[in-house]
Amino acid sequence: MDRVTAILKDPLLLAALAVLALLGLGELLSPGFARGDQIVRLLTVAAILGIVAAGQNLVILGGREGIDLSVGAVISLGAVIAGNVMSGDDAMILPALLAAGGVGFLVGIVNGLGVTVVRIPPLVMTLGMMGVVQGALVVLSRGVPSGNAAPALMAFVNQPLVAGIPGILFVWAAIAVLMAFVLRRTLFGWSVYAIGANERAAVLTGLPAGRIRTILYGLSGLFAGITGVCVIGYTGNSFISVGDQYVLPSVIAVVIGGTSLAGGSGSYTGTILGAIALVLLQSVLTTLQMEFWSRQVIFGATLLLLMLLYGRQARLRV
Amino acid sequence: MQALLDGRLWLITLGALLVLVGVNTALQPNFLDPSVLQSNLTTFLPLVLVAVGQTYVVLGGDIDLSVGAIVALVNVTTVSVIAALGGTNEAVLAGLAAGIGVGLACGLVNGLVVAVLRFQPIVTTFATGIVFSGLALRILPDAGLPVPEVFWRGYAGGAFGLPTVVIVLAAVVAVTAVVARRPFAIRLKAVGGQRAAAFQTGLAVGRLRVGAYLLSGLFAALASLCLTGETASGDPLMGQTLALSSISAVVLGGTALAGGVGGPLGSLLGALVLGMIGNVIFFAGLPFEYQTLVQGLIVLAALAGGVLVARR
Repeated sequence: MDRVTAILKDPLLLAALAVLALLGLGELLSPGFARGDQIVRLLTVAAILGIVAAGQNLVILGGREGIDLSVGAVISLGAVIAGNVMSGDDAMILPALLAAGGVGFLVGIVNGLGVTVVRIPPLVMTLGMMGVVQGALVVLSRGVPSGNAAPALMAFVNQPLVAGIPGILFVWAAIAVLMAFVLRRTLFGWSVYAIGANERAAVLTGLPAGRIRTILYGLSGLFAGITGVCVIGYTGNSFISVGDQYVLPSVIAVVIGGTSLAGGSGSYTGTILGAIALVLLQSVLTTLQMEFWSRQVIFGATLLLLMLLYGRQARLRV
Repeated sequence: MQALLDGRLWLITLGALLVLVGVNTALQPNFLDPSVLQSNLTTFLPLVLVAVGQTYVVLGGDIDLSVGAIVALVNVTTVSVIAALGGTNEAVLAGLAAGIGVGLACGLVNGLVVAVLRFQPIVTTFATGIVFSGLALRILPDAGLPVPEVFWRGYAGGAFGLPTVVIVLAAVVAVTAVVARRPFAIRLKAVGGQRAAAFQTGLAVGRLRVGAYLLSGLFAALASLCLTGETASGDPLMGQTLALSSISAVVLGGTALAGGVGGPLGSLLGALVLGMIGNVIFFAGLPFEYQTLVQGLIVLAALAGGVLVARR
């Protein structure tokens, strides 16, 4: 019994079990759901969510109620910038990636400075930034969809590159390795956990908490910008609210993956499983061929159920 | 100055509102005409109501991201009940009651899940919001189903020589004043400011937090009824931007997101300020495509300024 409780207390294992259970359920409901090419398609969708969730994960790990609500607007901005830089030209993919990622990084740095220097609560700062970036999008695009993806980028995201696996999954795998390495094997990574778990202690040991946290917000913007490029690669074109749908799911993926919203504990491996579980859940609900409203209700209820398993706050004690 | 502002941050919000009113009147000379004022208030009122409800949740140290979905669910419930009962005056009353009941029920669910089951409020109210909007789509899949004339005429009209929207606003102020004088208000602030200490003093922390969510649900329901009076029909996707705007209004009104400091009067002013910023930008004659950007920058600056002033 103790073993069972121990397993249920480990969020990584729990998320992995949720992924397997959803996969099994999908296969049961619709044979062929768990076929190789289907899984690759699901993972492609999960990769887009997973890349933006990487930034969200960093910001949340850094503590002090870290959260980035501006990622949706930055994804849209990245997609519009990338689309206009590329304009369907394969040679411009790299400049597009640099431009989208660079602008995202700058937006994130401004968020970080607002949070650390002006000490605006992250929720408020990134909410305000969301409004500013949305306004900038209207100016940039003048309200009409513009720009389109280069064919090679679309192939990279949607078509198999090696062994039936599209390029975007290799990118996601590289990001996963990089995140694990940075968080667990570098001074910067350990500093992130340190300021997230106990900022005062971290500052007293000489860590520049403000600078580290600013960089985390910058990285979140960078990942969101890159996600924008992936989104336009996935769909071919963009509109100015294309990123909105990723904001809260990116937070949920992090939480389902076992990272505490209080900061200081969690891992990107968990977030990867969280993103896959979220996408699988939506896919299973689609397979059920239910009406949209019942899918919504079950989706919300499942999130609550997952909260019950490991999202609970400590009991107050006398 | 310091002593005057202590705990009265809403005075600054009020000052900002007066400046905005002055600028708006300069740009749009007929702004102070009763009919223009009334139509502006009609536009601003839903956000005012949602923001007032959100304030109680924030004061208790929580947050309610589901208010937009509650607005939609209340709207479709009200119009469906009215239509099902034949659109008579009694049916309208039943619809209003049903809407308010649904708002309270949503608030109760949020409160129980957050305070009793101890789920994380941001993620939880996002999830319950998804459930609420799913239910709204179940009740009314597509926008439509007009309300009887008495409903929207009553909302656009008035009573006792005053427009209905002014009466609603006055009632909101009265309710918040009554709540402010109850022990509930000070206890809720204690829960938001120092939860563990409040618990150790013997306060019923869980019950107070549920109470805050109930108020948030109630005010979201009232906001929805006002919106229904304005649009005169059902829309399962109504109010989607209200959750995040209400948080901006609360912060602009001087209530700390960390909980424990502030009050609904400030949020009321904050919501009006948000609306007036949009107005002034519209009448300033900026090119259309720059309006959203300028609005975003001003709101961000106001939010930052509010936080800076609050810290002093």
